[in-house]
Formats: sequence, structure tokens, C-alpha cells
Amino acid sequence: MCSSGNCDLTTHAAMMHDAAAGGATADPIVMSFTVFILAIFVGYHVVWNVTPALHTPLMSVTNSLSSIVIVGAIIASGPIEMNLATVLGLIAVGLASVNIFGGFMVTQRMLAMFKKRG
Amino acid sequence: MLSANMTELAYLVASILVILALKGLSSPESSRRGNMFGMLGMGIAVFVTLQLDGIENYTWIAVAIGVGAIIGGTAAKKVPMTSMPETVAFMHALVGLAAVLIAVSAFLNPVAYGIADSMGAMHTASRIELFLGTFIGAITFTASLIAFGKLKGFVSGNPVTFSGQHLLNLILGVLMLGAGIVFCMNESATAFLVMLSIALVLGVLLIIPIGGADMPVIVSMLNSYSGWAAAGIGFTLGNNMLIVAGALVGSSGAILSYIMCKAMNRSLFNVLLGGFGSDTSDSGSPAAEVGTRPVRSGAAEDAAFLLKNARSVVIIPGYGLAVARAQHALKELVEVLQEQGVKVRFAIHPVAGRMPGHMNVLLAEADVPYDIVEEMDEINPEFSDTDVALVIGANDVVNPAAKTDKSSPIYGMPILEVTKAEHVLVIKRSLSVGYAGLDNDLFYMDKTMMIFDDAKKACEAMLHAIE
Repeated sequence: MCSSGNCDLTTHAAMMHDAAAGGATADPIVMSFTVFILAIFVGYHVVWNVTPALHTPLMSVTNSLSSIVIVGAIIASGPIEMNLATVLGLIAVGLASVNIFGGFMVTQRMLAMFKKRG
Repeated sequence: MLSANMTELAYLVASILVILALKGLSSPESSRRGNMFGMLGMGIAVFVTLQLDGIENYTWIAVAIGVGAIIGGTAAKKVPMTSMPETVAFMHALVGLAAVLIAVSAFLNPVAYGIADSMGAMHTASRIELFLGTFIGAITFTASLIAFGKLKGFVSGNPVTFSGQHLLNLILGVLMLGAGIVFCMNESATAFLVMLSIALVLGVLLIIPIGGADMPVIVSMLNSYSGWAAAGIGFTLGNNMLIVAGALVGSSGAILSYIMCKAMNRSLFNVLLGGFGSDTSDSGSPAAEVGTRPVRSGAAEDAAFLLKNARSVVIIPGYGLAVARAQHALKELVEVLQEQGVKVRFAIHPVAGRMPGHMNVLLAEADVPYDIVEEMDEINPEFSDTDVALVIGANDVVNPAAKTDKSSPIYGMPILEVTKAEHVLVIKRSLSVGYAGLDNDLFYMDKTMMIFDDAKKACEAMLHAIE
């Protein structure tokens, strides 16, 4: 981590690096931003088509989906040596798993109830 | 181990599966398969991540996933459908907390995330992303906990307001932003912790002034936040899968909030300011008049007689149905009426209950087929051709003042037009006002008969009288 002395220097170096990357190829953050905006666009069109009767299952399933943060949690808990960072990561893996399993299963349970007449 | 390109492509497949999961929800038939796609997509994402370079801690990760699976699976099996709103709110809190923990972990060990230079200092862009992910996650966490408490009854469902509330929130917001900027400039641990702490407090303060019946909006909004928090973490990691899933959830929650606000004819800003229903309004029919006007009340037997002799009946369920857990008794009543040749349908207002789609799930749980459950726009033109409108535990969504009284606080809110029906039956425990704090002229109309009882008991009594 950054001790207060050399911070300015390293920040400066990082900025120089960022500036250089902006030249020939697009910055990774711009690519991420592109994906982000396109996904919002897709989300907008898909979600307006969801029937209002299924708004509760929509909430529980999106809940599961936002637990995709488990990807970050796994990376956080990846290193073999145990320290505060890995322990926090492991707790996050646990919390996200509760949501993934709980969310999908409760959604399945709800959806199974929606039946037609007869 | 997969190559970097293969990893990205696998994430792409997972992202598409996740989109298909949402697409499936356009109809009940396709929804179950959609949910399977969602599970598959998440499974792929997890396995791809597990084989990434630098992931070695398999035993402990397996333990954490296993424990989570057992807790989540058990809860999913046991939770009653009437408790879905608080369950969803609690799950939002878990996502928020997970996002915060990941952000703190990334702050402690940026090298493991590949977001630091060779000297271990974070890139500036990464600091900004980390700041965004942390504060959105923190607000989602505490705000969802309060929403959970309000829905569960641990925290008063009434708006908690005090003078200077909005000013305090504004000051805290500015302080948090300031600390965040300091963190982005010099990676100061103090600034990070200050920012995180303020965000946690702000989450609580933002939700306490908001009353129980505004929860459909709040739960949707927190749903949206949890998505943005995930996308924020995705930016930090440069991971497209997280960004896609986060953005989908974020836009889904935002659309739901919009639909809920529109169904109440209020702006999101107005809902967030809170305090709705707590001020004593002097317009329209003030709550003070309650009980002084004559009403026609009847017994369940009278109601049963009306229902039995009707050609068509429309049932309007509200939060009172959920509180009384009356859905099963109601379904039996509906079956008996159908056997007698009565055409029975349900009319669902978008904000009925405590979360979007709450009533639909309750009715589905009681085996009411979804093709007799209609939305507001579908059923409103049908009321003029309806013999009996049966209102169970709903109030503001059938208040005619929303259409006729320009001075009413709910004027302009779309309502279910039950006054057009030949007869109106209202099952309600008392004449008490609804969430908006307004008296309801519907209760005093000549065509209306009030049945003062608990929704479940009334349904059982009517069933008994018909049989």
C-alpha cells in the first residue's frame, strides 16, 4: 500500500501511464464504459417487456444476478495466505452465495406457482 | 486453465444467459426456462472465475460457497410468500455488504486485483471506481437493512422526520464526496474510512423518513442500487460480466421504480423526500372527519348473498389481504362462486402491497390461475359491466378522490374505478384511513356496503354462508 511519502510520485506515474494509453488504443475504462452503456440499453428493452404479474420474481432474480459480485469476492479471497483482505473476500463469497442460491431457488418456487386455469 | 480470450468468451456466454433469464419473464410459461438460463449463466461465471490465475484458496472458497448455499437454499424453501418484500430487502442488504467487503479487500490488497502499479499504489481510475463501488454498496447495505426492518415491523413503518433532516443529509453527502475526492487524490486510508462510514450512516438517514406504503418504490430503487454497486465493482476489476449483470439489474430496478412512482402519480424525488402521509392535510376529506359520516355496514351473509346472485365479480386485493394471510380462504370463495356460474376476476393495482407484483405472487401461491388476474388498464373499462366489486384490504388505490377532488393529495393517481360497478363491497377492519392519511368517499356511497372484519375471517364467513 501507499505510504504518505511516495504517493504523489506514484500517482503522477500512474497518470502518465494513463495518458500514454489514451493514444494508440482506447483506454480499458472506455471499453468498460461502452459495455456498460450497451448493457443498460439491453436491460431497458428487456425489462419493459416483463409482465407486471412477474415483477416480484423479477426482483428476486435480479437480486441473484447482482450477486455476480461473487466474481470479485473470489478474486479477493484467491491468495493462499490468509490476511484481512482474503478473510473479507471469503465472507463476501459466503454472502453472495446465500443470495445466488436463495434468490434463484425462491424465484423458481414462485414461478412454479403461476399456473393457467384448468 | 483457460486462456484470457477463452475466459472473456465464457463470460460473454454467461452474460447472454443472464439476459435470457430476464427475457423469459415476459410470460409465466417462458419464465421457468429463463430462470434455468440464469442459473447456468451464474454457474459458468463462477467456474470461469475459479480457474483464473492467482485463485489458489480453493478449500476456503468451497467452504464459503457451501455455507452460503445451505443458508440461502434453506431460507428459499421456508420463506412464506407473504414475507417476500422483507426477504428481497434483506437480500439487497447482503449484496450491498458483499460489495463493501470486496471494495475494502481491494483497498487492502490492490495487487491481487491487478489494479496497482509495480510499487503497490492504485491507479487513479481504479481509485475512482473503488470510491463509487464502495459508497453505492454501503448505502445499499444500510438502506436495505432499514427497509427490511420497516417491512418486518422491527422499525416503525411510519415516516421518521425531524427538522433539518434534508440539510443534514446534504451536508453528509457533501462530506462523503469530499472524503471520496481526497481518497481518489492520495489513496488515504483515513479518507477511505471516513467516506465509507458516512455512506453507511447516510443509507439509514435516507430511508427512515419514508413510510411503509412507499416501500414498493424503495425496494425497487435499492434493487437498482445493488446493480450499480455490482457494476462499480466490475469497473474496478475491468470485468465485463460484472458490468453487464450490474447494468441489467440497475436498469431493471430503475424501471420498476419509475413504474411504481407513475402508479402513485408522484416523482421519485417526492418519494425520497419522505414524510408522505404524516402531515395533517386540511384539503379534501380530512382524516378528522372519520367516523362522523353515516356508512352502510353489513354482515358477511349479506355480502355472500350479493356475490352469489351476481353475474360478474371483480376482486380488488390490497395489503390487508397479505396481512391477514387471507389468500387461501379467498381462493376457496372464488371457486365456490365459479361453481355457481359467477364470472370472477381479480384487479391488481401496480402499487398494491409492499413490493411490485406482491399481490400476483400471493394469488399464485393460493393457486389462483393467472389468466383471471388482470392489470389496472385491462380491468378499468370492465367495471361498468361488473355487478359486484369486492375490495379486500385496499384503500387509497380505490379512492375516487384521486379522480374527482383536485385538492386531494392523491389527485391524479391512477385508481381502480370500482365506483362504476353496480355494487361495492369493502372488507376492512375499521374505517381507519389508508396510507395517504385520507378518508375514502367510496366507503360512504349508497352502493357501498362495508364489512368490518379481518379479511380472512370475512372470506371464511362468506364461504360458509354460500355453501
